[in-house]
Amino acid sequence: MMQTNQLFLIFCSVLLLLGLVAFFVARRKATQVRSSGIAMYSQPDQYAWFAVIATAGPAIVLSAVGAFVMLLIGAEIPTFSLLLVSLVLAAVGLAVGMLLVRSNFHARQAIERTIRWILASAAAISILTTLGILISIIGEALNFFQMHSFWDFITGTTWAPGNSFLAAAGRGDGSGAQFGSVPLFAGTFMITAIALSVAVPIGLLSAIYMGEYAPSKVRAVAKPMLEILAGIPTVVYGFFAAITVAPFIVRVAETVGVSASFNNALAPGIVMGIMIIPFISSLSDDVINAVPDSMRQGSLALGMTKGETIRDVVIPAALPGIISAALLGMSRALGETMIVVMAAGMRPNLTINPLEEMTTVTVRIVAAMTGDLEFESAETLSAFALGLVLFVVTLSLNLVSVLMIRRFREKYRVNNL
Amino acid sequence: MSAKMPEMTYQSNPEIGQPYTRNEMACHDLSIRVRDLNLWYGKSQALKGLNIDLFQKNVTALIGPSGCGKSTFLRCLNRMNDLIPSVRIEGLVEMDGRDVNASKMDEVALRRRVGMVFQKPNPFPKSIYENIAYAPRMHDLVSRKADQDELVEKALRDAGLWNEVKDKLQEPGTSLSGGQQQRLCIARAIAVQPDVILMDEPTSALDPISTATIEDLMDKLKEKFTIVTVTHNMQQAARVADYTAFFHLGEIIEYNDTKVMFSTPAQKKTEDYISGRYG
Amino acid sequence: MSDSFDQISQQLKRRHRKSARLKYFSMGALGLAAMFLLIFFADMLNKGLPAFKQAMVNVEVNYSEEASRSGRAAIDRDLSSIVSRSVVRVIPLEMRNDPSLLGTTQTRWVLASAEVDQYLKGNRARRLDADDMARIDSLVASGQIEMRFNSGFFSRGDSKMAELAGIMSAVVGTVMTMIVTLAIAFPIGVMTAIYLEEFAPDNRLTQLIEININNLAAIPSILFGLLGLAIFINFFGVPRSSPLVGGMTLALMTLPVIIISTRTALRSVPESIRHAAFGVGCSRWQVVKDHVLPLAMPGIMTGSIIGLAQAMGETAPLIIVGMVAFIPDVTASFTEAATVMPAQVFTWSGEPDRAFVEKTAGGILVLLAVLISLNASAVLLRKKFERRW
Repeated sequence: MMQTNQLFLIFCSVLLLLGLVAFFVARRKATQVRSSGIAMYSQPDQYAWFAVIATAGPAIVLSAVGAFVMLLIGAEIPTFSLLLVSLVLAAVGLAVGMLLVRSNFHARQAIERTIRWILASAAAISILTTLGILISIIGEALNFFQMHSFWDFITGTTWAPGNSFLAAAGRGDGSGAQFGSVPLFAGTFMITAIALSVAVPIGLLSAIYMGEYAPSKVRAVAKPMLEILAGIPTVVYGFFAAITVAPFIVRVAETVGVSASFNNALAPGIVMGIMIIPFISSLSDDVINAVPDSMRQGSLALGMTKGETIRDVVIPAALPGIISAALLGMSRALGETMIVVMAAGMRPNLTINPLEEMTTVTVRIVAAMTGDLEFESAETLSAFALGLVLFVVTLSLNLVSVLMIRRFREKYRVNNL
Repeated sequence: MSAKMPEMTYQSNPEIGQPYTRNEMACHDLSIRVRDLNLWYGKSQALKGLNIDLFQKNVTALIGPSGCGKSTFLRCLNRMNDLIPSVRIEGLVEMDGRDVNASKMDEVALRRRVGMVFQKPNPFPKSIYENIAYAPRMHDLVSRKADQDELVEKALRDAGLWNEVKDKLQEPGTSLSGGQQQRLCIARAIAVQPDVILMDEPTSALDPISTATIEDLMDKLKEKFTIVTVTHNMQQAARVADYTAFFHLGEIIEYNDTKVMFSTPAQKKTEDYISGRYG
Repeated sequence: MSDSFDQISQQLKRRHRKSARLKYFSMGALGLAAMFLLIFFADMLNKGLPAFKQAMVNVEVNYSEEASRSGRAAIDRDLSSIVSRSVVRVIPLEMRNDPSLLGTTQTRWVLASAEVDQYLKGNRARRLDADDMARIDSLVASGQIEMRFNSGFFSRGDSKMAELAGIMSAVVGTVMTMIVTLAIAFPIGVMTAIYLEEFAPDNRLTQLIEININNLAAIPSILFGLLGLAIFINFFGVPRSSPLVGGMTLALMTLPVIIISTRTALRSVPESIRHAAFGVGCSRWQVVKDHVLPLAMPGIMTGSIIGLAQAMGETAPLIIVGMVAFIPDVTASFTEAATVMPAQVFTWSGEPDRAFVEKTAGGILVLLAVLISLNASAVLLRKKFERRW
């Protein structure tokens, strides 16, 4: 490995050297041509840069492709020869770059084209990321579904990974393990529902206050305040839920004579709700502001009170945007990890009592990933199966949300949403 | 209901130092009386000491170059200017014996009696039916469904829209054409049964045919309502208005019977404006 | 003829009350949100501020022959439950490094144990008996035990002993990880935004990329962790738990934030500037490089800082790629195991020892201070360079 690093270092420095040579020689040549009175298409610097691109570009691309082929197919290409061939290519590139320093070559356009390609490939990375997520998750999830049936995973009500790691280690048959995800999703949806029932009313009403009532001074304070709420890391919310809110709920429950678990679903739900408030309020605020003033005036001119105007005209008009905000909030809540890892339980529990301990999809993903398990064990792979479902659900929520906001935008022709 | 004040006609009223020519003005009942009305946006004064009497069941047109304060004045009549924080108003706007700017006056109650139609049609994002039925229902003007249906039909008929929309009452109001939308807004306003309807350049966003329809409508509506309309189209004022007030730089330069005003304007500025020398 | 004003006003009373109710409800909702924030910060300050104080005890260290074998012998037996074990443990080491210490006696201020610290802060200390407490009280009275500023919290790495645990290794890990994140996300993000905004033809592919970027911004962060694990670690063999893999994973998460804010910044540069530059014969790239980018730079920086702050607070994907490691020594390497501030907070929050609650909250305060100052600097930057066209 050490040798590879050194080789790499040598390769880089030689390439850098060649690049420098290309730059200065090409510039000098171009300057000479120009000073001899021949009109050139481009400026000396542009020829110089073109020479650099011609030298370094193909060499870098070749070595990158080579490295990728090695990783991907596992083909054995000796690193040394790969880098050597790349350097030879760089030298060829340098020669070509020099040759092209002549009056009838459009160096500027060549540079322009190259830059365009570089920018486009940067843009492709976002696609690659999504593909990467899809491939990695689907691939491992498929491995999981070869061990356990998809149907049991979707409909089973018992989640007991149990001794599946023994099976992976070659001991035991792993038959004790059960992967029924229903209780996990039930827990996830319960906590999400609690979070939304905190966040939607508070977020929406705050947006209404900021958009319709608040004097500009209050607005100037309230908006950043809500943004602070959005900027608090989730691990901090998790700590707050586990250390402060959960014990508080247990104490309150005791005083009214109900028993509550310290890992109850209410605490992470409420705290998650607080976390989501700014998402709902800021998007709702935007759509409420985008509702044309003429709507409000039309209603007020009919002798409606301000409250009636907001309730019956502004809110219905902004409804697609508000729903879209709620959906985004929901997708946040479903995928939220740290709060539930720290404050919700580990034990899958199919119940509707929010004071009981229950667990969520993300908690089990983390649990499966942090144990000292073999990567190929069913429990580890189950995390990818759970991740796949999470991905599909949040993706569809996001898409629906985007479509709704687009409908709103087209209706009122606002461009800043 | 509103007080009849024949002595308050322009002819005999010393409060208003402007020239008047016709005694007919005295024949109409007074709807809104305005005295010494001043309005500031922040530091700049937009209305300067306006005095005017608006008469019941007539169409009064407010004309003048843009920025002359005619729309601002119109919005004083139903206190829509309250929505702008920096506005300050002084002076008297009297309706039904009450000062509408008084703090005791409930602006919601005022707007219930003084309806408004806007420059751009602004139907609510509801069905055609709901656009009209909404306000009367909130105002407890109708209680039974049958009454409500009847009221919607009547308002749509009065606005001359019934035949075009009777088969699609549940479609959204925004699905109509611009001219139809504006008539829907008029129907919406008259369904509340106000005394006065303010129209702020109601035809400026419409095509000529829709404009003609709305003008005819105004002519019919004045049998029941007092109409005050802002227009920057002098032909329109000449066609529809019984009385016309000419605004310039926040002042009323001239206020008179429309025919008189357009044939023999008393003021030089009025004459210049009417003859198209500026505007 | 309609009703008079008085009649209408009478009817309106109920409706006005209802209208006012909405106003008060909405005001209350905002108040509630403000209250949450207040309670939250009060709670964190209350729990976390004591972490910046640490009990120190003045003891006589006797470097005897016996002490070179067992550090316990160097300190008065009565004080053994008061002095931190960490002090005792290093005494033989000290003596080996400096043989001249043998036989000397020094009086020094050393760390008190976490139990003592907690007792003095008014918390329950389970392992102290009544004798210990009485002794501590008398030592405090005689000035032999003092509460001092806990500089070790900022200079040391993690430890299983609460009095010794500090956040320095997490801070270094965060810096290393953020360097990787920014080095990847900033250039790629800005280039993508430039391509989409200035170069891309308006076709299906471009739209696909746009939708894709918006979706990436909303994908749960934990899924990025799964990607990092499956692709970076298992496939490319990037070392697990390293700032490199953490930074790469976070870079993918930060990318959409930077792209979206850069596009907004580019879009806010008026078209007239581009036309003017084209008019004097600039090529498209020259227009972007020399005219559009400099004008959009403040907006791009603001967006990048906000994206950086987001990445800095992220924990879930880092757990998956193994960055919640126990790192006692401060090491600055891209490829060795490291931890970051939020992960450190998470690790501490899982410690059963009561003294770690305070450490956790203390770590949170440091993290929040960093994040809030980052966000504030973004706001200031935006304010300073805000431009109206």
